[in-house]
Amino acid sequence: MPFVMPDLRPVLPEIVMTVLALAILLADLVIKRKETIAFLSIVGVALVTYVLPGSMGTTFNGMFLSDGYSMFFKLIFMLNVILTVLISVKYIVIEKVNFGEYYALILFSTLGMMLMASAGDLIVLYLGLELMALSTYILAGFIRYDIKSNEAAMKYFLLGAFASAFLLYGTSMIYGLTGTTDLKAISAYIVANGLSGNPVLMLSMILFAVAFSFKIAAVPFHMWAPDAYEGAPTSITAFMSVGPKAAGFAVLGRVFLIAFGSVKLEWSAVLVPIAILTMGVGNIVALSQTNIKRMLAYSSIAHAGYILLGIIAGTSDGMASVLTYMLIYAFMNIGAFAVVIMLRSEGFKGDNITDYEGLSKTHPLAAALMLVFMFSLTGIPPTAGFMGKFYVFMSAINAGYTWVVIIAVMFSAISAYFYLRVVMYMYMKEPKETVQLSTSPAIGLALAITVIAVLFIGISPSTVVNLARAAVSGF
Amino acid sequence: MNNYLLIPFLPLAAFLINILLGRNFLKEKAHWVSILAVAGSWVVAVMTLVDTMAGKTINQDLYSWIVSGNFKVSVGFLIDQLTVVMLIVVTTCSTLIHIYSVGYMHGDKGYYRFFAYLSLFTFCMLMLVMANNFLQLYFGWEGVGLCSYFLIGYYFDKKSASDAGKKAFIVNRFGDFGFGIGIFMIFLTFGTIYYEPVFAQAGGFANNTVNFLGYDVHLMTLIALLLFCGSVGKSAQMPLHVWLPDAMEGPTPVSALIHAATMVTAGVFLVARCSPIFSLSETALMVVALTGAITSLFAATIGLVQNDIKRIIAYSTISQLGYMFLACGVGAYSAGVFHLYTHAFFKALLFLCAGSVMHAMAGELNLQKMGGLKKYMPVTYLTMLLASLSIAGVPGFAGFFSKDEILWLAYSGPSPVGKLVWAIGTVVAFLTAFYSFRLIFLTFHGKFRGTHEQEHHLHESPKVMTIPLILLCVGAIASGWVGIPHLLGGGAHFTEFMKPVLGHPEGHGTHSEEWMVMAVSVIAGFSGIGLAALFYLVRTDIPVKLAAGLSGVHKLLFNKYYVDEFYSFLIVRPAIWTAKNILIGITDAKIIEAIVNGVPKAIGGFSQVIRKVQTGFLQHYATIMATGILIIIALMLLR
Repeated sequence: MPFVMPDLRPVLPEIVMTVLALAILLADLVIKRKETIAFLSIVGVALVTYVLPGSMGTTFNGMFLSDGYSMFFKLIFMLNVILTVLISVKYIVIEKVNFGEYYALILFSTLGMMLMASAGDLIVLYLGLELMALSTYILAGFIRYDIKSNEAAMKYFLLGAFASAFLLYGTSMIYGLTGTTDLKAISAYIVANGLSGNPVLMLSMILFAVAFSFKIAAVPFHMWAPDAYEGAPTSITAFMSVGPKAAGFAVLGRVFLIAFGSVKLEWSAVLVPIAILTMGVGNIVALSQTNIKRMLAYSSIAHAGYILLGIIAGTSDGMASVLTYMLIYAFMNIGAFAVVIMLRSEGFKGDNITDYEGLSKTHPLAAALMLVFMFSLTGIPPTAGFMGKFYVFMSAINAGYTWVVIIAVMFSAISAYFYLRVVMYMYMKEPKETVQLSTSPAIGLALAITVIAVLFIGISPSTVVNLARAAVSGF
Repeated sequence: MNNYLLIPFLPLAAFLINILLGRNFLKEKAHWVSILAVAGSWVVAVMTLVDTMAGKTINQDLYSWIVSGNFKVSVGFLIDQLTVVMLIVVTTCSTLIHIYSVGYMHGDKGYYRFFAYLSLFTFCMLMLVMANNFLQLYFGWEGVGLCSYFLIGYYFDKKSASDAGKKAFIVNRFGDFGFGIGIFMIFLTFGTIYYEPVFAQAGGFANNTVNFLGYDVHLMTLIALLLFCGSVGKSAQMPLHVWLPDAMEGPTPVSALIHAATMVTAGVFLVARCSPIFSLSETALMVVALTGAITSLFAATIGLVQNDIKRIIAYSTISQLGYMFLACGVGAYSAGVFHLYTHAFFKALLFLCAGSVMHAMAGELNLQKMGGLKKYMPVTYLTMLLASLSIAGVPGFAGFFSKDEILWLAYSGPSPVGKLVWAIGTVVAFLTAFYSFRLIFLTFHGKFRGTHEQEHHLHESPKVMTIPLILLCVGAIASGWVGIPHLLGGGAHFTEFMKPVLGHPEGHGTHSEEWMVMAVSVIAGFSGIGLAALFYLVRTDIPVKLAAGLSGVHKLLFNKYYVDEFYSFLIVRPAIWTAKNILIGITDAKIIEAIVNGVPKAIGGFSQVIRKVQTGFLQHYATIMATGILIIIALMLLR
């Protein structure tokens, strides 16, 4: 069999990313100033972003798809890396884990996400997912001397392995049923052989739903998230709450809308209760949290529930709203974590909600930024969070899920309590002790980017929405 | 040419600059920013007027916020004849009142705040009149309401002021509730909230009915009346008029700008703007006409006996707003808007003059403690006299032309209640002349009745206050000259100008009838002035005797027909009683507490329970995951 060189253009961003990650790993040996490594990572990621638009196409016999959909997700991943690196620079010094491999691992993890977004085949999907997950496990336990960080990594890893098993189990069943792992071929086979009620198909669909629910931290497969989020280095918590979640949604959308497109009725019956549970548990348990990282972990769970509504809608508008929400969520969530990170200083953890008391008096700017992010997470106009919710809910209503949206809005109202409690602490209480802020130009830049994006998208959402609609048009 | 964008955004910029930099940097210079911005708006508004007179109208979206299916939220501007008249009224009055405030508010500790709010108000008002869709109209509508609340309660350390602010805001909720539903109904009916398609399609729904609360209701009547609810609140018509007299707690420039010239006329603007909808419903028009007529009579009678100089003018405003609705209700929208336009000048002037008097009297409001101020403050006296002549409808003055137009069209128009409201209007013209001149005579003529100390301090206001008075006075006299009727050899230019938007009202009557209507209203005006002169200049004992002889009537009027007491009895006290005993006692303690504490407690308890699920033990987590899968599979199998 003659070997035909596959078209490498569509994978060019991934290739560049691989080279970059390896280069960073090597550079760590010679470069002593870790800030330089952070800077090089950002330059490299900028390069990846640069080659991204030229990579449209399908290659490796349809195993790898580079389309508008994957491109949009990769954009979110790039953003996620850049913002994470920016907020990490000073923070990992404070945590005394200023090692070069930190950045390399972030890049490897992102490479995994990119593969997931572009996967046209269940094998590629699994490959990307494991690359992402393994790198993230290590990152979660990056503060080696800290027992909580270790615990986070351990739990994340073991449960992650558990979830991966489900994914593999589902994959093997679908392969057994259809004889292929190619998403489009699976769909074609199901339609051609009228398998829509097949119990094996249902079982494998459920297993996929479970595995992806784990990645996006949907209830009841969310148990790892609060512990992992709390224990992991804060910068990595920010990274985990956006990247793997976005990647999870990327594959969820791809697999369910393409491979299982013909059994939409069945999988939406699985996803609707999951979404409701996720919004419910996320928002309700967030109420009783005293640790801001844990609170944001539950908030992150709740947001996954909202985003699921876009998938459940199952329309192209629904998918566009998922993309929009994910992008907005990246900005507002990393922005919030950036403020959380600023409160961490030498000898002061600063992750209790009470640490925010009177912040508006001692650090008015930081408080104002947190206010914007909290408003956005609550979904108050004119911040971007409102727009994200608006489009997701709208697409779900148009698809006939009005009752689910009503529930979502009610939970959204509950969420105001714990988000605005932070605002209340900042603006209506007297400062107890002077909190030192660990600022740096890098984190300032990250905050500027996120706050401007949150306000800009809130006021002028059409740019992003149109981009997302264009991205899913070829889906 | 997008110059017109400057009209609303200059005041917005001034607001932002003042609110951000006012406290620490601008301080006593805060007025410059606001005055320059509003004056700039005025210049552009005049340019826009010139363009519009040349036949150019604009209807364009500036930017879309949300687009989803046929639901679109955007900022857009419609500039036509109606808008342009409002622009001129708003920017002119606003500019002059801004300047006047420099003197009036001099030395106030919240100086920058005052100007910031004044500019914000101007911005909202301009957004309101320039909107090309109902949502933006609503935005401006609520925006001016909010600014009104801020400014009525400007002296927030005074309880009556902050109470009045709250009252204005809450009373307006009643009207705006209907207004909001009206907009929903429009969206449901037409699938859009833009004026142009709504008005274009309105005719097609002329005979539709809709089931509303179990009754089949004529659709256009319902929409029109719901929109009118908003007007009733904002323009202080019965039965929601109670907030406006109390709103006089605000600084006088605020009363002049917001509660006389601009914001309160937004209701009339709304009816005029939605004339294509109102015109489809005879019932709605009749309601508008009767509400206006009754309110104008009702408020005028109260105005007869009040002693608070600002409240008299406030009741006069309510009464004149009623006049405008009366006009709209008989289909003479352009006459209503014409009166809105002339009224803005003479009423703003009356308020500013009252402010000038208060300035001289160290805040005294009681007419009975004034008198003989003529010689101390000649400019104020003269301008106020001219404004009163205008409102009394003395021929040649602005008020005469607009009032006459309304009365004639009411008399001759097709409305079934036309003759009735004409008769009421004529009586009100008499009453208006009487109370306006009662105010003049008691304030400026006769002997000074205040304390010696007050007399010692009497002085004319500074130039920065008197010059706006003089300029407004020009408007109070001459603004009506653009609408001199054909009968008097004029061209009725105003009506012609408005024709593309508001149509041409039809009057069916002979010239002699038109002369008759005019003569009656002139006689009513003059006899009102004459009677006031008799009572308060010549035989000052008559009003005292009259009040004693008709003490029942006097008491009724003096206490404003006990409407406040009635509401207090009917709504406020039951509300407070309910709040205290049922809401706090039962609902709060037993139900809400059960909900507010219970649900969070339940949620919190639930939260604690689910939290306990989060044991931290890995094996528990894995068990839950596995259980989850089993449940899902079971559910799928049982489906």
